[in-house]
Amino acid sequence: MTRTFALSTLSALALTAGAAQAQVSCPIKVGILHSLSGSMAISETTLKDVMLMLIAQQNAKGGLLGCEIEPVVVDPASDWPLFAEKARELLTVHDVAVIFGNWTSVSRKSVLPVLEELNGLLFYPVQYEGEESSRNVFYTGAAPNQQAIPAVDYFLDELGVTKFALLGTDYVYPRTTNNILQSYLVSRGIPEENIFVNYTPFGHSDWATIVSDVVALAADGEQVGVISTINGDANVGFYKELAAQGVSADEIPVIAFSVGEEELSGLDTSDLVGHLAAWNYFMSADTPENEAFIAAWHEFIGDPERVTNDPMEAHYIGFNMWVNAVTEAGTTDVDAVREAMYGQEFPNLTGGTAVMLPNHHLTKPVLIGEIRADGQFDIVFQTEEVPGDAWTDYLPESAVLESDWPGLGCGMYNTQTQTCVQLTSNY
Amino acid sequence: MTWFLLALALVTLGATVLSQMGLGLISTSFVKTLGKTLCLCLVAVAMDVVWGYCGILSLGHMAFFGIGGYAIGQWLMYARTEIIVTESLRQSPLPPTEAEIVAAVGSQIFGVVGSSEFPWIWAFADNLLLQLLMVMLAPGLLALIFGWLAFRSRVTGVYLSILTQAMTLALSLWLFQNDSGLRGNNGLSGLQNIPGLDHLGQDLLSVLFLWASALALGGGYLLFAFVTSGRMGSVIRAIRDDEARLRFLGYQTEHYKLFVFTLTAMVSGLAGALYYPQAGIINPAELAPMASIYLAVWVAIGGRGRLYGAAIGAALVSLLSSWFTGGGAPPLDLGFHVIHWTDWWLVVLGLSFVAVTLFFPKGIGGLFDLIPARRPVPDRQGAFGPDRGARRREEGVPE
Amino acid sequence: MLRMIRLMLAVLAGLLSLPAAAQTLQDILQENPEAIAEPSRRTVGETLDRILASNLPEVPLFLERWRERAVYRRVSDGLFFYAEETEDGYLLFDISTGAPAGGAGRREISALIPNAGVRGAIATALIEFQLSDPDPARRAAALTAITRDPSADHLDPLRESIAAETDPVLKARKERLERILTARFDADPAARIAAISALGHDTGLESRSVLNQILAASPQVAAAIPEGENVARILEPGGADLSREAAYALLVAEGLAPPVPTAQDIRNALVAAIGEGRLPDLDPSSLDSDAARAAAYDRLVAAGSAPPRVTDEAIDAALEAHVFWLGYAEPDPAVTEAARATLDRSLTRVALYQTADIGLDALSLASIYFLAAIGLAITFGVMGVINMAHGEFIMIGAYTAYCVQRVIPDQTLSLAVALPLAFAVAFAAGVAMERLVIRRLSRRPLETLLATFGISIALQQIAKNIFGTQARPLTAPSWLSGSLTLNDVVSISHIRIAIFVLALIFLALLLVVLRRSRLGLEIRAVTQNPGMAASMGIDPDRINMLTFGLGSGIAGIAGVAIGLYAQVTSEMGANYIVQSFMAVVVGGVGNVWGTLAGATLIGGLQKLIEWFNPSNTLAAQTYMILFIIIFIQFRPRGIVALRGRAAGV
Repeated sequence: MTRTFALSTLSALALTAGAAQAQVSCPIKVGILHSLSGSMAISETTLKDVMLMLIAQQNAKGGLLGCEIEPVVVDPASDWPLFAEKARELLTVHDVAVIFGNWTSVSRKSVLPVLEELNGLLFYPVQYEGEESSRNVFYTGAAPNQQAIPAVDYFLDELGVTKFALLGTDYVYPRTTNNILQSYLVSRGIPEENIFVNYTPFGHSDWATIVSDVVALAADGEQVGVISTINGDANVGFYKELAAQGVSADEIPVIAFSVGEEELSGLDTSDLVGHLAAWNYFMSADTPENEAFIAAWHEFIGDPERVTNDPMEAHYIGFNMWVNAVTEAGTTDVDAVREAMYGQEFPNLTGGTAVMLPNHHLTKPVLIGEIRADGQFDIVFQTEEVPGDAWTDYLPESAVLESDWPGLGCGMYNTQTQTCVQLTSNY
Repeated sequence: MTWFLLALALVTLGATVLSQMGLGLISTSFVKTLGKTLCLCLVAVAMDVVWGYCGILSLGHMAFFGIGGYAIGQWLMYARTEIIVTESLRQSPLPPTEAEIVAAVGSQIFGVVGSSEFPWIWAFADNLLLQLLMVMLAPGLLALIFGWLAFRSRVTGVYLSILTQAMTLALSLWLFQNDSGLRGNNGLSGLQNIPGLDHLGQDLLSVLFLWASALALGGGYLLFAFVTSGRMGSVIRAIRDDEARLRFLGYQTEHYKLFVFTLTAMVSGLAGALYYPQAGIINPAELAPMASIYLAVWVAIGGRGRLYGAAIGAALVSLLSSWFTGGGAPPLDLGFHVIHWTDWWLVVLGLSFVAVTLFFPKGIGGLFDLIPARRPVPDRQGAFGPDRGARRREEGVPE
Repeated sequence: MLRMIRLMLAVLAGLLSLPAAAQTLQDILQENPEAIAEPSRRTVGETLDRILASNLPEVPLFLERWRERAVYRRVSDGLFFYAEETEDGYLLFDISTGAPAGGAGRREISALIPNAGVRGAIATALIEFQLSDPDPARRAAALTAITRDPSADHLDPLRESIAAETDPVLKARKERLERILTARFDADPAARIAAISALGHDTGLESRSVLNQILAASPQVAAAIPEGENVARILEPGGADLSREAAYALLVAEGLAPPVPTAQDIRNALVAAIGEGRLPDLDPSSLDSDAARAAAYDRLVAAGSAPPRVTDEAIDAALEAHVFWLGYAEPDPAVTEAARATLDRSLTRVALYQTADIGLDALSLASIYFLAAIGLAITFGVMGVINMAHGEFIMIGAYTAYCVQRVIPDQTLSLAVALPLAFAVAFAAGVAMERLVIRRLSRRPLETLLATFGISIALQQIAKNIFGTQARPLTAPSWLSGSLTLNDVVSISHIRIAIFVLALIFLALLLVVLRRSRLGLEIRAVTQNPGMAASMGIDPDRINMLTFGLGSGIAGIAGVAIGLYAQVTSEMGANYIVQSFMAVVVGGVGNVWGTLAGATLIGGLQKLIEWFNPSNTLAAQTYMILFIIIFIQFRPRGIVALRGRAAGV
């Protein structure tokens, strides 16, 4: 780490020297690639607004390298191939210095080849399934070891859960996360037959049988816990059914990875008090930075009812790190900025400091919150900052992989054969 | 027909000259959009033959398009990953065994869905020739089986439409599962990198694909023009206008329908195989019932029962769609409410569709009839579609 | 200023109270304040023991408050208080005496938030105080705590408390709990067996779980079964219960057989050997097949520098030489036998109940599909028109109910208003659509299909623009939340019962309208022969309009029902439309009974497939659609075929 840091500082210094001549064309353009229409609009529009707020704040502070920052907003309309097309447009037509965007994994996979071909730079703000480390992406959301693994540890250690129901929507994030969790649980001594897995389609609404199945798991006297990677709207029906069947958090706790303040606003939470969620940020975090952020957000959006959530914090950290890296590098050139990004530090909204690691992930504290009747979370557990791990240690194929861009120059390095598997990403 | 081919050649050549390989006036992403649009035109022409000529409102033709895309995508992913894997394994101290290469390719492709083994569906993925055959054969076979079952039991009209929709829904739901072996919701991605041709760069590749798409569209157009002309074409149109009467005349209408359904499915597969390497990613959402409905919308707006109408409809509506949803259109201020087209485009599209069916059943193609210099189109070619002759059914006489 | 004085007073009071008692609760807590402020389930037991050991009278109250998150800690000095929220801060109270202890600002104290695990541990610690508490709620809480964390320690206090129990419900619970604890923990095997047999009539989760725990068994291996082992049964390697690989892995784990080197192990050994120059004459590039590697590896084995490969014969021999069995952890065979017999008896009943439960779920799903589909069936039957925007009428109904709930906060009243209003709004929308679009497209059913698609797309997007894509809350009144629980297996939520009743009501209503009313007569006439009906003086246009309105109105009602138990989004209609079509098509067009049959078949089928494959609901939907496609091939006119103008389609 120290060596890396020294290296990157050195190269940053060298580049700063060179940057005296490297002229920065004003204004500096920042691409915002979030769906403003279609199924993902509800989540992603908020992130677009947060980016506009952060850029406005930075411009009010005097811009960047003496230039105004100009946001370029495009709408990929929740259409995955369109993400690739829009990314190409941002990089070739608008010549943006950096892109902040994407929410779903499939949209990220769609954009990756374009970024790597044109050497663009993307900040990706959402918790994801890991198993990726692109030279051209900085992952400011949580990797599985920064959300899922600590949550399972909490279940095992604090709640004494010995039998797990992994419920998820059938797509890649729940699938991969559950795979990782299954092998992690086995490594923690939970037998295979004590893990029940179920996948449901997007927007599923008929939860009666599945909830009964989960309740029936308790028949052999084990403490049952549910790990939910259920996505979006389907949560409404799921929690309504939990409440209707009287499943209390004391009997069968449910911890969700995709349910935050925003999702709970579609629900009456009085029956859900005590169920859990794991994130790196909760709006209820009690720090002066968070208070200021929430106040600025409410002022910008003009609605004091709007909630803040985890991906918003990720953009907040990512954008500020990028600004600092550009200032340090003295240019918006992607390669120089990338070098300057390694080791960047910025305070989290929940306390502590986020550090950009050589594998393009952040260190983040993991928070576990219990749902309150008012739709917010009581933070019942908080870890120290956990370094994000691109390749999980709990799947045999990935355990041997490592990502270290400044050190090894490779995002997918096989430590066993000591070779770089590939320089571009596995899409 | 000549006019259509001429216009197609002009567009292709013009785009080539203006592209990054020539004058550099239009961006690579626009060339890709053009190429993709041509593929959509091709599948729309196929849809027109099924619906506008043969009277089968298929709400599942995009399923065949998607299957073609998946088939070519399998080879693209496999071959590209194999190159990467052999490259990286070559550096290791021991030369890799066959099994190791396959396992490494598998874990690269399926690592994202938490698996590393090749499902049976990838059996031919390592062979370009076989997989190219699959592009046409897989959709053709599905259409043959489905069509045989449906036409044999004389499922027609709205029933058949619903059934085709159920088919594409079942297919997309199946693909959505990770267990299906085609990477679930993530689908196949990175398809724009053509193995072995990477050094050419996307600027040139996009132009090459544009040409390939134009060639396919031209060829497909000729093929369908041939199919819908002459005696064969008369029989197909007669099926649309009155199938029962034709059957009484001794024609095996099922065979004709099956032939048209299967042939168009195969061409749709080909169009898909050209489309998705330009789009870069295919996933189950592409096969959702909505996609096939849009296909019908294009054909209806363009004008049924004339091949160029379908192509015009597909090009116009899909380009307009991407312009409006891409935020390209300026917002419209009504004073009390600002219309952002990203929000309102679908409303306009939906309502315009109602308007077309209500007021302009001939679609945009109908405008060509207004050109006075032209020879008047015989009624049977520019018909409204299948419903005209279906009157008998409405009178409640059981067949 | 005032606050400063208060603070000083509080500190003074704290100081003064210190020497008063030898050791106050505060002192005990302050010995390790972090264990109270940041407790963990694993370490809290020790803390609780320390607190309980003090035998101070205020301990139960403190524990209760702690569990309820009503204990606060002052940031400045780390002391613990109870607190009451005021307008500008908190009033503090001493934890020992309950006396006022000054005030504090919002940021000057922080609430202790013990997590659920710690709260459970506290509840367990409270059991001894609460078992005989005068307050029945506390006694119930104690019983819940025992249920959740049964241990031998609770057996005696529980038995003692039964005699004095006055509440009959609690008494029954205590007796049942006593049986469960006896079965598991009593020292006397005879008492245990008696208790186990007494559990035979109990299908509750707790009793089954205690039996299962007694019967906990694990696979074991040895050359011969040791003396005194309580064997559940002998396992055959390669059989259904124990695969060949698992059996050998068990041998390896017990150290009874050498591990099998994997391909990876062989490769690593070769790489290491080549690196160290132990195979000088070998060309590494020749090792590109498993056979070549095996040969090279055998050379290492011969040189003694690698463990030998294990042949299949060796594995077979090792499996042959050992005996595998499933061994109970419980040493007494009499107890396990009794438990096995009791469990087997209750399992048959549980299986029966489970079937009943699935049946109830299927019935509920069928009634939902019926409600969603019946409107479609009527319009299709009468007009031969497929309305693709039918799902959007469901959505309109749900959003109407949502709006009503925003205006009328009382949930019962708002539901009473929402049901007719949803019907009215959807009815109006349906009539408008029929007049504006569908009537103009009569005799062109395929174009109607597409035009209604257009309307569906537009309506969905309009709903998105107005209400956003986020799910909107539609909350059921409290008398509809909760569920009807027959026992621990069979239960169904009240909302689903209500939907079932609603479906029955509409079934009856429709039958009456169609069979007994003038309108029904006219509708049937138009269905069978519109031309003839028109010449008899029936206005088919009017009938079409009313039928369409009726069908749409029922869809609106279905929307309210669906919104109550699931989510209200702009896509909710689209999620049900396919199933509705299937129900109509499978059931047979234009017939109420047909739709009922279709909905029942589809609901039942979906649950059946889900039951066979509980881990993948998506697959269930796929298979169901496939089944229906095939079904239609063989019965193209549905279960209940109808003569009429729709019959020829």
